Amino acid sequence: MKFSTLVRHIREGVKNVFRNGWMSFASIGSIVVSLFVLGVFMLLALNVNQWADQFDSQVQVNAYLESDVGQSKIDELKTRIGSLPEVKKVTFVSKEEGLEKLRQDLDEDVKGALDGYKDANPLPDSFEVELFDAQQVSFVAKQILAFNETDSSKPILSVKYGQGYVEKLFRITNAVRNVGLVVVAGLAVMAMFLISTTIKMTILARRREIGIMKLVGATNNFIRWPFFIEGVVIGLAGSAITTGLLLYGYSKLIESTHYNMGLMMIEIVALNKVGWLVGGTLMALGTLIGVWGSVVSVRKHLRV
Amino acid sequence: MHDIWKTYPDGTPALQGINIVIDRNEFVYVVGPSGAGKSTFMKLIYREEVPTKGQLSVNGFNIGKLKQRKIPYVRRNIGVVFQDFRLLPKLSVYENVAFAMEVVESPRRQIRRRTMEVLELVGLKHKASSLPAQLSGGEQQRVAIARAIVNNPSVIVADEPTGNLDPETSWGIMKLLEEINFRGTTIVMATHNKEIVNTLRKRVIAIERGTIVRDQQRGDYGYEV
Repeated sequence: MKFSTLVRHIREGVKNVFRNGWMSFASIGSIVVSLFVLGVFMLLALNVNQWADQFDSQVQVNAYLESDVGQSKIDELKTRIGSLPEVKKVTFVSKEEGLEKLRQDLDEDVKGALDGYKDANPLPDSFEVELFDAQQVSFVAKQILAFNETDSSKPILSVKYGQGYVEKLFRITNAVRNVGLVVVAGLAVMAMFLISTTIKMTILARRREIGIMKLVGATNNFIRWPFFIEGVVIGLAGSAITTGLLLYGYSKLIESTHYNMGLMMIEIVALNKVGWLVGGTLMALGTLIGVWGSVVSVRKHLRV
Repeated sequence: MHDIWKTYPDGTPALQGINIVIDRNEFVYVVGPSGAGKSTFMKLIYREEVPTKGQLSVNGFNIGKLKQRKIPYVRRNIGVVFQDFRLLPKLSVYENVAFAMEVVESPRRQIRRRTMEVLELVGLKHKASSLPAQLSGGEQQRVAIARAIVNNPSVIVADEPTGNLDPETSWGIMKLLEEINFRGTTIVMATHNKEIVNTLRKRVIAIERGTIVRDQQRGDYGYEV
């Protein structure tokens, strides 16, 4: 193919979008509508995912120590726990710090109840262990207990990570994540189906034209190229409009909920975190569908 | 054409043993009743149909044995004109004619020059930017002819080119075809138009029930309408 012919195909492909005014409009419309729904659910799923992560990350392992453990033992345990590959951070909390923390968590009017314990602190020293993947808590807890077994002085009193409670939490957050994924995947398939049907219809209407082109001596590739370009243009236009609408709407949403959501301890995922992911996915999907729809349906009519 | 047989997949026998040679620069009418096999005969020439049996060569190409992807290259040497014009509805007159040249990848400047040249020949230069739907039947047929000749094909196959036109317009089209023939292009034209065949005397091939029943230089239509 000559370069000038490629230029011709691109020119004709773009012109065809306008020549088939209403059909192009219908195709772009169906891309916008279905990708918009898909995009909304993607954003929703991403947010739900982040909330699930937030809940998960609050899960940590607390290892309480016997009251007679010396400083050298504490340091040794700290390095051993810290060297576990699943562990992100180990913090030593002395019994005084533990008491102070407890005070802060209590309501104002019952705080006084703790005053009497200042001298005879009943709390043990402890480690707060944060993990990279919160779902590993029970595994890590077992590892820490195993240290205790191998150590003759048995320095660890107990290990707590909200047994029973965290398993339930994980079941819920995992379910939420999976439902989100399934919904998004289902919508993506539906969008592709809907859009390709519309595009197929626009090309079906041009079956006769393809026949005429073949009679004049056009090769299949010569006929295919402008349709291909047309598909790219329609797909790009549709997904660009969708991305624009969606991200603009999302930024407005963030703005308007900035204050009240903060109080609910829930944070909306920032625009710059999801913008590229959602925008990129929609653009790629839209273009792909546009091209796929036009190429597949042209091929059907080429045997004339 | 040598001993051409054509049977359609549903069992309809369309052509049964056609033998004919059409020379360079001839003007041939193909006549005969509807359903006699005229259209099949024409379709074989531009390879819309393949002969079931027999040898057929056009411009030195063996049409029967032609590979699928070679078809376009043969068609570029054959101009086709139809009763229903078959113009691309969304392209202007100019674009319709230029399309045939874009297909063969002519340089743009040459396309512009040659397209305007043939549009002038068919007398439609002033309508170059109109859409086919804005033209009369006669004008549309002249665009189709312009498209057919723009690449200087050696053969023009015209399947009832005047079938949808009134007598006066038909004569205009015939004048044009004669002019093209005069410039050195072979013309094969299927027609039902008795008046044209009897007035503009040329070679006449009559097909009935799939066989050639008459082949006559300067013949007449020979059927009562």
